[in-house]
Amino acid sequence: MIQRLEELKQNAGKELAEVKDAAGLEAWRVRYLGRKSDLTGMLRGLAELPIEERKAAGALANSIRNLLESLFAEKSETLKSAVLTQPAARSDISGARQDITLPGRPLPAGRLHPITETMEEIIDIFGSMGFDFIESNDVELDYYNFEALNIPAEHPSRDNMSTFWLDYENERGERTMLLRTHTTSVSARMVAKLKPPIRVISAGWIYRYEATDATHLTMFHQVDGIAVDKGITMADLKGVFFEFASRFYGKGRRVRFRPDFFPFVEPGVEVAVECAVCHGSGCRLCGNSGWIELGGAGMTHPKVLERGGIDPSVYTSFAFGFGIDRMPMLKYGVDDIRHFFSSDLRFLKQF
Amino acid sequence: MKVSLNWLKQYVPTDLPPAEIAERLTMAGIEVKSYQVIGGEWQGIVVGQITAVNRHPNADRLTLLDINLGDRKENVVCGAPNVAVNAKIAYAPIGAKLIDPHNNQPTVLKPAKIRGVVSSGMACSEKELGISENHEGILILPPETPVGVPLIDIIGDTIFNLEVTPNRPDCLSIIGIAREIAALTSAAFREPETDYPAAGGDIRTLATVEIQDADLCPRYCASLVTGIKIAPSPEWLQKRLLSYGARPINNIVDITNFVMLEYGQPLHSFDYEKIAGKGIIVRRARGGEKITSLDGVERQLTREMLVIADKERAVAVAGIMGGANSEVTENTTSILLESASFKPASIHYTGRTLAMPSEACQRFERGISPDLTVPALKRATQLMLELGGGQAARGIIDVYPGKIDRKPVKFAKSEFKRVMGIEYRDENILKALTALGFDCSVDQHSVTVRAPYWRTDINLPVDIIEEVARVNSYDNIPTTLLAQELPSRQPDPLTGLKRQLRRYLVGYGFQEIVSYSLVSLDSLMRLSPDKKKPEPLPARIVNPTSAEQEYLRPALRGALLSAIQQNRTYSDDGLQLFELGKIYLPKDGDLPAEPDVLCGALYGKWQPRWWQGDSDKIDFFDAKGIIEGIAARLNIAVHFEKGEDAGLHPALQAKVMAGDKQIGVIGELHPAVAGHFEINETVYLFELDIPGLLPHLGQKTYKPISKFPATVRDIALVLDIGITNRHVLDVFKGFSLITNVALFDVYVGNPIPAGKKQLAYRLTYQSPSRTFTDEEVNKIQQQVLKKLSAELGATLRG
Repeated sequence: MIQRLEELKQNAGKELAEVKDAAGLEAWRVRYLGRKSDLTGMLRGLAELPIEERKAAGALANSIRNLLESLFAEKSETLKSAVLTQPAARSDISGARQDITLPGRPLPAGRLHPITETMEEIIDIFGSMGFDFIESNDVELDYYNFEALNIPAEHPSRDNMSTFWLDYENERGERTMLLRTHTTSVSARMVAKLKPPIRVISAGWIYRYEATDATHLTMFHQVDGIAVDKGITMADLKGVFFEFASRFYGKGRRVRFRPDFFPFVEPGVEVAVECAVCHGSGCRLCGNSGWIELGGAGMTHPKVLERGGIDPSVYTSFAFGFGIDRMPMLKYGVDDIRHFFSSDLRFLKQF
Repeated sequence: MKVSLNWLKQYVPTDLPPAEIAERLTMAGIEVKSYQVIGGEWQGIVVGQITAVNRHPNADRLTLLDINLGDRKENVVCGAPNVAVNAKIAYAPIGAKLIDPHNNQPTVLKPAKIRGVVSSGMACSEKELGISENHEGILILPPETPVGVPLIDIIGDTIFNLEVTPNRPDCLSIIGIAREIAALTSAAFREPETDYPAAGGDIRTLATVEIQDADLCPRYCASLVTGIKIAPSPEWLQKRLLSYGARPINNIVDITNFVMLEYGQPLHSFDYEKIAGKGIIVRRARGGEKITSLDGVERQLTREMLVIADKERAVAVAGIMGGANSEVTENTTSILLESASFKPASIHYTGRTLAMPSEACQRFERGISPDLTVPALKRATQLMLELGGGQAARGIIDVYPGKIDRKPVKFAKSEFKRVMGIEYRDENILKALTALGFDCSVDQHSVTVRAPYWRTDINLPVDIIEEVARVNSYDNIPTTLLAQELPSRQPDPLTGLKRQLRRYLVGYGFQEIVSYSLVSLDSLMRLSPDKKKPEPLPARIVNPTSAEQEYLRPALRGALLSAIQQNRTYSDDGLQLFELGKIYLPKDGDLPAEPDVLCGALYGKWQPRWWQGDSDKIDFFDAKGIIEGIAARLNIAVHFEKGEDAGLHPALQAKVMAGDKQIGVIGELHPAVAGHFEINETVYLFELDIPGLLPHLGQKTYKPISKFPATVRDIALVLDIGITNRHVLDVFKGFSLITNVALFDVYVGNPIPAGKKQLAYRLTYQSPSRTFTDEEVNKIQQQVLKKLSAELGATLRG
């Protein structure tokens, strides 16, 4: 009996090694571990053996059964994982679909326009510095676009902001409505409407009667901001721009303040940010200057505050404005501003 | 403005390299856009003197030159006709960079044997040096030029290209820029001497000036030079004008231009003999008055324009251009020279109206000082005597009705800190202002400043603060963060709502577009099936750049349809686009209303073609689902009513209603409109009036989720074809224990009788307080069916 058990163990091992699939394994299990298997038969026949032999054979038979069961479990796992890891050998559709290089489902992917994204980012950065976002009319009164901003009629500064006029005349035959040439008009309105402390920004379309080319449009986007309070200084204006530049362009980008003239500020500054490409050493992008002009700013002109009913001997104020469209142009290397408004999806889908 | 560094050096000594000067000017507010170094390429090119001119043995038209370079001698072959012993010339050695006169390209001088004779270098023409087009002969330098020195030291120059801000008319001049450089580099500024000998008679007996309209002419000065000879200007004067980009004409015209560039004061020279009555009258033009200006064009004048007249007629448009009738010609012998001051706004108006943006006009309209008239007049008179001969009348005419006493500006020293956030030491204040020509005193608490006459832009303490700050560099202003208390904020609810809507649409897979708010009338007419003009007509621009951008859009949909028209050729599977922006609705006598609108357009399939099968084709109910989805997220109860939008399909469109207010529209694009945009596909549109949503935004409140199980029942109702889903839903709404209704089938056809349809609903019954038994659900459903039958004639399909 002992010899038969040993033989059985050997044969079972050999046959198991030959098993290739689940069906073969099941047949093996029936043959060696099933109710009608030799081993089960032998275990049943133990009772008939003499006591000594029964003890030895019983222990052996049980250990073989345990062994075969654990071999079965092991083989069963091996076969299962073989099925999962085996490259699809089958030529049916489920095999073809195991090609992981097939394209995924093209779910509709909506996108915001890059100008919207830029504008929201700017609004958020200034918002975190306490600037409330205000929107106002594109069509503006001459007063808020010019007069209130210290730009009287026949002032040469108006020539730099060639104006579109609305087909409307008041009873005195004057054209009083125009397409705003800057969002600074909103700051003028806010100075007239709000009481200090004031911290607002606005953004939107502005319009200039100019020839259109790759870097100029008759309408484009601008953001303008103004802060009015006691104790506001040019140093604060600098701080606000340093903060803005570091958040929008990344930490460590230098900001340059240079004297410039705008009728609604005094002193006035031109704000420039260190070129992202050359970091100030000069390259094609920044016209070899090392700086990218961001916009204009300055301490709000006392006359502008006075016109808004704010006493400039009590309050000081800074104001700033810059174009928006150039920012994504520089960020993404877009060479023609007109792409943004062409509604060409081959362009818009890149952002 | 182009400014020559050599010219500047006449007034301010400076050895700073051009890059440094450019940087300092730029950082002080006078932007140097670029600068060009003339002679920067002239390495090795030096002044030589011809010591012998010999005939070339093999060529008649060539000569052999012996050239003395001081430390050595060279022999060159030369083809120029203007060679002479002792002439000073520009010598270029082998390897020098020159311009090839035949193709205008830079080239390097190579060793050459010309007709058998070796030429060790070359004598250069102006063209070869790149300073002019002249290639008639070689450049002959003045006899006093030292031999052997680099040519760049003799005729090299740097031309700065400056952008002067409108508040600094004084800087539209060489002297103005020289003063700035002097202040910024701590150098001394030298003003030219303007005295001249006056040998003629008393000017008061020879000419008169009367200012009739003093409001437009604060000052008018004149001098008189007789016995003058008109001739070409000397080379130095021509060179100065050329450095600016002005064309030399004759000594008189060139002098007026030169002094305008030097001082910034426009001048005008009249032929004295042509001034009727020898009397100048400054007056407004008469109605219908005309003048032929120097450029030969007849100008129609208006009563708003100022003219310079004699006793009979206008002889110049003041501050803009002279008249042909008093022009200086080659026969002129006596010059009446004008140096005047005009009201800037008047000059701006006249220049703009006559479309004559002259150099003079540019300076006057920026507001130059009336006190500049006399020094400029004297300087020009002096130069006329020097270059044209003749004699000057004694004295000048000076009529100055607009003299104003500019009071000194006094302000507290603490203003520096209050405005700039920085304090300046007294000596820095004094040094900066004094260098700029200001009279300035500082005591313990205050600063008192009198601006020099040429600084017409200085009126307020902040103007002076800026001067001190810019000379002391903006780089020195500290950086602080706003320390004040935050103003109380009341964000505009529209701002947040617009952000939400954009994100919802992006979430649905829509691409945002941004389009111009100015559109053509034609694009608006195409929005109507029969191409009617929009009623009322949208707001129009009176001076559009083109018909393409003439009207402010009264709707967004045109841009989306154009976008589809343009993109459909390479997006053949379908498109989902939206724009969120303003539309412009004219109001009588007031600014237009500018409400924000959300407009979406979609067609085709949701997904591009894909290997596991195509997605469903977009239809009306996709558009509706988006509006319903947005409304649900904003908690706005909307319903839909039959629409009447002319641009949409008459049968398949709906008004989006919130309460009894229309807040939007959805529908299929009218096929005729699609045709106008060359779109073959069926396009669906939706529009939402964003401010219109605001009053309907619902408060979001939490409802507890029932702990008790729900029972689901499907029912199929047979109804008259005219009964709508909404009728059925209204019945369900009366049963609070029905917590959800989902329509899952709409069917018409066998075995449903003709004139009937089947609507199948899945109803969810759920109690917030207990578990329903089947019997209870059955009982409610019986009531529901009874009501459906009674109100809508619905029967349950067996």
